[in-house]
Amino acid sequence: MDKSYISAKGVNVFYGDKQALFDIDLNIGAKKVTALIGPSGCGKSTFLRSINRMNDLIPICRFDGSLQIGGQELYDPEVDVVALRAQVGMVFQKPNPFPKSIFENVAYGLKIHGLASSKQEMQDRVEWSLKSAGLWGEVADRLDEPGNSLSGGQQQRLCIARTIAVQPKVILMDEPCSALDPIATAVVEDLIDSLRKDYTIVIVTHSMQQAARISQRTAFFHLGKLIEVGNTKDVFTTPREEQTQNYITGRIG
Amino acid sequence: MIDFTKRAGFNLVGRHRAEHRFQWSGRFAIMTSLAFLAFMVGSILIEGSGVVRQWQIAVTVDLGPEVVDPDDIDAASFGRILKTGLMGHFPDVQTRREKKKLFNLVSPEGSFEIREQIAADPSLLGGRQTLWLTASDDLDLYLRGKVDINLPEKQRRISNVEIEWIKDLKQAGQTRLVFNRNFFTNGDSREPEIAGILSALVGSLFSLAVCFVLSFPIGIGAAVYLEEFAGSNWLTDLVEVNINNLAAVPSIVFGLLGLSVLLGYMGLPRSSPLVGGMVLALMTLPTIIIAARASLKSVPPSFKEAALALGATPVQAVFHHILPVALPGMLTGTIVGMAQALGETAPLLMIGMVAFIVDVPQSVLEPATALPVQIFLWADAPERAFTEKTAAAILVLLVFLVAMNLIAILLRRKFEQRF
Repeated sequence: MDKSYISAKGVNVFYGDKQALFDIDLNIGAKKVTALIGPSGCGKSTFLRSINRMNDLIPICRFDGSLQIGGQELYDPEVDVVALRAQVGMVFQKPNPFPKSIFENVAYGLKIHGLASSKQEMQDRVEWSLKSAGLWGEVADRLDEPGNSLSGGQQQRLCIARTIAVQPKVILMDEPCSALDPIATAVVEDLIDSLRKDYTIVIVTHSMQQAARISQRTAFFHLGKLIEVGNTKDVFTTPREEQTQNYITGRIG
Repeated sequence: MIDFTKRAGFNLVGRHRAEHRFQWSGRFAIMTSLAFLAFMVGSILIEGSGVVRQWQIAVTVDLGPEVVDPDDIDAASFGRILKTGLMGHFPDVQTRREKKKLFNLVSPEGSFEIREQIAADPSLLGGRQTLWLTASDDLDLYLRGKVDINLPEKQRRISNVEIEWIKDLKQAGQTRLVFNRNFFTNGDSREPEIAGILSALVGSLFSLAVCFVLSFPIGIGAAVYLEEFAGSNWLTDLVEVNINNLAAVPSIVFGLLGLSVLLGYMGLPRSSPLVGGMVLALMTLPTIIIAARASLKSVPPSFKEAALALGATPVQAVFHHILPVALPGMLTGTIVGMAQALGETAPLLMIGMVAFIVDVPQSVLEPATALPVQIFLWADAPERAFTEKTAAAILVLLVFLVAMNLIAILLRRKFEQRF
């Protein structure tokens, strides 16, 4: 057991009558990368989206159990999802920059939360975010161009810059590299690794090699159940469960 | 030897023939519809183009101080002055019947035209002046060759003696063809040569303005709420079904609603563009809501998700990211709805915008008529010269429709965002 930052106890999630997650108990440590792996439809994305309550957008989705970040219950009636999402950022599968300029994309979160008191501060924070996302060198002289004029990998890094601009505690990533080519993937993976020292990162990935490369902890989901969780090295080399063994050797999934 | 030609089998000859048959029948269908369109526009153009110019005749009238008092111009009898002037050109005319025909050469509005010309240029007063006055509709038709002089005299609107007079006038250089300002600057009139489109045009513009001010914000607001915020339950389903039904309700029903509620119950001014615009707005709303919802639906949900995940409130997500992308489509839908409203006649008849309007309305509260209603009125008028006016009014309406659709296309081109 590592000291947990995000902790789930008895989490059940239903879509209408269908149960998507069964009694998940999972502890996620601070300032490291935790990978959620498993075959399609295993519930890993559902779990990820429960952490910033994006599942609330689906009317038929129902949550049951306890999910805490830093000891604060997320599904407490007192919790304001806007405050939650301001501190738990998310990067999506497909790069989805806003149809606005590169600058506007990064500045948007700062604007709505009122995090920059002056124009100069805004510019500084946008620059800092783009630098943290390793994108500054490529876009410094074209901040006014639309975000979707960038390449796929650059767009995804722009989305990461947009997310870290508001300095969240946790960053959730839902298969962030699945729409990228191997070279862009390598760049984003390096970025994720460098972000680890400042942020708690939970990443859903289909690529076991990716999980092995960038994560410190790995959780394996199958059919809505958490099968196994442990240090990445252990999970991939000496899995405790047979299902995990079958999955990482390519026999299921 | 491998055969890669048509003769290789695979029933290729028959398949290619079927291909050709279908493509040619499609081309034929398009050609036919284009031909109908060209025929319609062409015939209206030919019929209506004559309206651009009209004939005037010169009449020498006495504006001496004993006839027109320079200090009290309105006391003078301009009808008398005109008649005397015409008699001066044809002193032989004696009988009452012939005199009447003579006076009919000039538009019945001729006396007002004299008055207006004096008002514009007071130096005309004080002696004999030759003034250009609008010819009557019958004379105008004759001069433009639209009267068949081979018909028996009784069957045409212009008699032999009149033809003689016109010949004399022509020889004396007392006739001219000028740009028809009346048509573009006047309101309706009983006299075709004086009747103009301006009051109907202004009435239409006022109605459309009211319609836009009401239907755009309400329609967009309803669409945004229904599409982005309202949950999906039996109530929203009911609302949706009813909006779709409303779009199919015959427009005259909206006219009846306007008549009973807006005029009867609320007591708003009859025949006014305000009421017309409100009725048209009711009619346009479903169109706008449906178009706006379709346009909102076409915005990728990833924008909203991204904004929400950053901690934007739902309203911020919609107004900052979805609305700007959907707006061109919404505007297009609105303009298409407005174009529909521009051509609408039936509901306006119900609320009294079918009135005979001479003066150009100055506000949305004054009685007015609209372009399609004016077309309807003129098409119904007995004077032959109104046929031409009808066609010309249709052209004006078509020009506005094309202009509005053009604006819709340009707006979409300009603001469309690729993603």
